[in-house]
Amino acid sequence: MSAASDIAPPRDAPASTGPAASPSPAGGRTRRWLRTARYYIPAIAVFLAGIVLWELAVGAMQLQAFILPKPSAILAALQANWGDGRFALLPSAQATLIEAVGGMVIGTVGGVLVAFVTARWVTVRAALLPFAIAAGAIPIIAIAPLMNNWFGVLSPLSKMMMAAVLVFFPVMVNVTRGLVLVEPSALELMRSYAASESTVLRKVRIPNALPFFFTALKLGATLSLIGAIVGEYFGGASLVLGRIIVQSASALRFDVTWAAILFGAATGIAFYVAISLVERVVIPWHASVRATE
Amino acid sequence: MTDQPVVHLAGVDKVFARGDQPVTTALQGIDLDIAQGEFVSLIGPSGCGKSTLLRIIGDLTSPTNGAVVVNGKTAEKARRDRDYGMVFQAPVLFEWRTVEDNVKLPLEVMGASAERRAQRAAEMLQLVELGDFLKHYPWQLSGGMQQRVAIARALAFEPAILLMDEPFGALDEMTRERMNSEVLRIWEQTGTTVVFVTHSIPEAVFLSSRVVVMSSRPGRITKVIDVDLPRPRNEDTRETRRYFELVTEVREALRHRHDGGPGPADHEHHPEDEAGVASDERTMAEGAVG
Repeated sequence: MSAASDIAPPRDAPASTGPAASPSPAGGRTRRWLRTARYYIPAIAVFLAGIVLWELAVGAMQLQAFILPKPSAILAALQANWGDGRFALLPSAQATLIEAVGGMVIGTVGGVLVAFVTARWVTVRAALLPFAIAAGAIPIIAIAPLMNNWFGVLSPLSKMMMAAVLVFFPVMVNVTRGLVLVEPSALELMRSYAASESTVLRKVRIPNALPFFFTALKLGATLSLIGAIVGEYFGGASLVLGRIIVQSASALRFDVTWAAILFGAATGIAFYVAISLVERVVIPWHASVRATE
Repeated sequence: MTDQPVVHLAGVDKVFARGDQPVTTALQGIDLDIAQGEFVSLIGPSGCGKSTLLRIIGDLTSPTNGAVVVNGKTAEKARRDRDYGMVFQAPVLFEWRTVEDNVKLPLEVMGASAERRAQRAAEMLQLVELGDFLKHYPWQLSGGMQQRVAIARALAFEPAILLMDEPFGALDEMTRERMNSEVLRIWEQTGTTVVFVTHSIPEAVFLSSRVVVMSSRPGRITKVIDVDLPRPRNEDTRETRRYFELVTEVREALRHRHDGGPGPADHEHHPEDEAGVASDERTMAEGAVG
């Protein structure tokens, strides 16, 4: 994270009581863009070098394609199975993303609702928290057959519920913390205004919880895809990433497997980035957003 | 009506208990009256209960025994009537609100119209000389500026009493002195009654009309010193002989209790007329330069 400060814009923070620093001149934006580009150059270089090395190493060591296909072969599989066929990747990724997003919505709504209840009533928190921790410790893979049984193996709902279970816990725990971990002096300030509990909730607790909420959502973006894909491993409609990974692997079409993994990773990153963008719009004031602006 | 004290404390005790067992006696037998428009500082070593006393006046905590009457009401009634403006050691600004919106917060809570909120916020930020920073976020301001926003916010709804709990404790000495002058100017302009907790002797003497010296374990009032320095006070006031005398007097009052002397709490009230004292004021600076 410290490296991120290299690309942060100069803070408009006067040292003491002097006048505010004037906004950066017109050239500042270009310079900042260049600095951002320079920041990413090493990572891009490492990525490209890795791909080239992979390609050369597979050829030099004469590895079989079912152990490790060349990047060029994966790229070819990606092209060949893009839109249609038995391993159509794009519609599969879309279907898996819908499951993940559906699970995200269900898990988030559930997590937020429970968080509000546990934050409001300490006794509820004391009663529920041990079970929440215990339930959170269940390996998700163990309940996949149950979800398929309860919500239908062919229905996307069973995969959504897998994702929802994974998303629920970080959302509930983080939002509870955000609602509860308010500076005591902020509460005293509101008390001195004779503010009602609902005013404190609206004006202090909820804004305070928003950064925690987005942290949980970003975790959830990755977790929901894991939940959906694990659910798919245990059966379901055939055009989903999980099924393609399982079936291409059993058919020894590892180039397709790798292409599907690539698709899964890209979907996960896109989901994460989308949430980060929403975060920037909703809480532009928060330090985590300011630092990477 | 002016005869009635704004704050009346009689026989106030505060015992912090764990379960049924009393653990510490934070305050014992506190008697204090604060008049309309006074600037009263509470000073004492850490643990003397000066902050606790402030919090009792502001109904952020309740006394174990004794009477607290504020504007003829209980402290709780006074709080519900929004008689208190609070300033803490930390500015406690909300990072999701701009400077302007932070100052508007109490007015929002109290249901003021949007027009009045905007007007009061602009006025108060003008008063603390932050009129150009309405749209800034707290993190864009220095510590001293943030604390001025907190003061503007506390004054926004025109509370009868301003309660300040070591508001400049986290600031460097130079910023603190500048803030002291600001607070005096604001106090002179608004006429608000101020109760000010500090552990800085110069700060207490410079600002106050009365300095209440407290001792620790148990927290008691050991001496009340009238500060007869003429007003308006400014940076030159800090170099007058009377100022040094009063600083010494407060320091000795504090040290006396540190030595563990058993002496009973002696409340010294000198209701002198300030004009008479002002005339024979001579500055040390003049003497030193000559």
